[in-house]
Amino acid sequence: MSAAYGVAGVVLVVVATVLIGVLGVRFSRTTSDFYVASRTVTPLRNASAIGGEYLSAASFLGIAGLILVYGADMLWLPVGWTGGYLVLLVLVSAPLRRSGAYTLPDFAEARLESMAVRRVASVLVVLISWLYLLPQFQSAGLVLRTVTGAPVWTGGVLVAVVVAVNVLVGGMRSVTLVQAFQYWMKLTALTVPLIFLLLAWRYDGAPGLASDTPPAFDERTTVSVEMGVTVDVTAPVQVVVDGRVDGRTYEHTPLTLNTGEHHFDQDTSVTFPGGAAVPHVTGRPATTDRAWALPLDGREHSLYATYSLILATFLGTMGLPHVLVRFYTNPDGRAARRTTVLVLSLLGAFYLFPALYGVLGRLYTPELLMTGRADAVVLTLPGRLIGGVGGDLLGALVTGGAVAAFLSTSSGITVSVAGVLAQDILRGGVRSFRAGTLLALAVPLALAIAARHLAVADVVGLAFAVAASTFCPLLVLGVWWRRLTVPGAFAGLTAGGLLAGTAVIVTIATGPPGGALGAMLSEPAAWTVPVAFTVMIVVSWCTPGRVPPGVARMMVRLHTPETLDVDRGTWRPKRV
Amino acid sequence: MLVTGPRTRAVRRPRYPVTREIDEQTGLGEAYMRSLVRTQLRLAVRLCAVLAVVVAGLPLLFAMVPAVREQEVFGVPLPWVVLGGLIYPWFVGCGWWYVRQAERNEADFAELVDRSPSAGDRADDP
Repeated sequence: MSAAYGVAGVVLVVVATVLIGVLGVRFSRTTSDFYVASRTVTPLRNASAIGGEYLSAASFLGIAGLILVYGADMLWLPVGWTGGYLVLLVLVSAPLRRSGAYTLPDFAEARLESMAVRRVASVLVVLISWLYLLPQFQSAGLVLRTVTGAPVWTGGVLVAVVVAVNVLVGGMRSVTLVQAFQYWMKLTALTVPLIFLLLAWRYDGAPGLASDTPPAFDERTTVSVEMGVTVDVTAPVQVVVDGRVDGRTYEHTPLTLNTGEHHFDQDTSVTFPGGAAVPHVTGRPATTDRAWALPLDGREHSLYATYSLILATFLGTMGLPHVLVRFYTNPDGRAARRTTVLVLSLLGAFYLFPALYGVLGRLYTPELLMTGRADAVVLTLPGRLIGGVGGDLLGALVTGGAVAAFLSTSSGITVSVAGVLAQDILRGGVRSFRAGTLLALAVPLALAIAARHLAVADVVGLAFAVAASTFCPLLVLGVWWRRLTVPGAFAGLTAGGLLAGTAVIVTIATGPPGGALGAMLSEPAAWTVPVAFTVMIVVSWCTPGRVPPGVARMMVRLHTPETLDVDRGTWRPKRV
Repeated sequence: MLVTGPRTRAVRRPRYPVTREIDEQTGLGEAYMRSLVRTQLRLAVRLCAVLAVVVAGLPLLFAMVPAVREQEVFGVPLPWVVLGGLIYPWFVGCGWWYVRQAERNEADFAELVDRSPSAGDRADDP
């Protein structure tokens, strides 16, 4: 793709985002406006905003990348990210709105009347948010590098600055407008190029993926390795290399790569002959197309991993910090439910498409299996299948969509984590909210620059696992079970947070070890969620005297429709 | 409300509106609240159970019966058809059904609570 078009795409989305944000600023004056857009947002706009905020880089880029590499098993990822809203709708949506809480710590405090539980919840919100922001910044770097060749850190910095400006100037109201715009932007940016890609695929004779061989280069192909990578070569192959391989420098020199591991340095280009098998990044399975197309084939412990993924995504959605704030923008519990159904439809519509990019990527950009940058498949395909200006324009469109994805998710998370930081760690007030915003962005940005590059959907998946192991039990038991006690909630949050957190840190810092232990660490939800629920329930049983005194009033508040004139207690969230 | 008339007369009419019983957390008020929460919980659990059977059942089905996972529909493997397409409208359908049921439960509860004693008086009038 030509750099000029890509840059144009990035600039357009950034300018539009800032403009809408600044225009929205006229409305946001008081603290309440800053947080929750004064609750005067229409259901469709609110649902679009929820969708826009929720569809992150992991959805826009990551799913297609993971499907390209791992195949049918990864279809569960978008299914879980949508199904999570169904579980949220059924178990907590209306009660959460009726609780009147802006944030998860607010809910913890309101329901359990305990500052200790509130503080644990605050720490968890901050950790989950940072875990969610880290891959957004990393893939922003990847996108900017793919499009313009800029250094990897610039993308993250760009996103952080735009988000900071928008949140600091506008607060939630402007963010709501921006998010709603960005859902439709992302949907357009994904569907329009796909129509042309599918036409090009038809024109190409509609090739399928049913061969019994791993992916191979159709014709003589030059692969540019933009970041250093180690790959497995499965059969000796004669290539032409320009750059460094296995520590030796070559200049357009023929070289035979023997079977085994080979390391390619940054900015090396390798030319493979037609028909050569695509070497895979070390540790990635080289599956045949047939096995790739079927679920539960190719990966070790794939049944466990599938179930763990299902549990994390279906239960984790309700515990994401940026989801609850959005529910507050509904006028009442009934509207919260209806908005959620609308969200389900919007997400379902969006998630029909990323998998198709993954399939086309397997056909037309198999070299991404070698460069280890499968996340770039959505960006690479338009230029590959459709040449000329058309390909450039479509490439600019998907790039714009990807930038929209970083900006919207990062803004949403930043608003919610800044609120928590301002209320619970800083002194409160609009000034603390601003300091919180900067803090919320700076830490994950630094981590993104320092940490090794990770697949965006994998890290986001870990954030879901932590949310599912901590806030899911708190919310579900808090809403439905009167006998939940303060020590029970505290112990459950701590246990779930520690176990899932440890698994996340090990996975991110060192990469998961092999075998069953590795599967358990990289997909922890299947055991951490049951443990967290069990701890919360058992400790509550053991401490029956510590049921919060106001639980009956709280149940009235959570479950009675707003039309009834009943006493719902006097609790109000602390306003910053 | 002619339909509610006979039932209202049959039940002992509470001295206060039920909302007041709820506000004062009397035994009667608590019983009303518990019944509301139980009804809503039963609905939620029912839907989650259906969801769990489908969502947890699919991987198991694919694992146990290779014929299902290799089945093709118009040249596309069945798992892709189900997970890549059909499951989304099903989710929306489930959500829509749930909202209707939950709102009905709430309307029933509101009617039960608001009806007495003023609505009961109205029913006695004719």
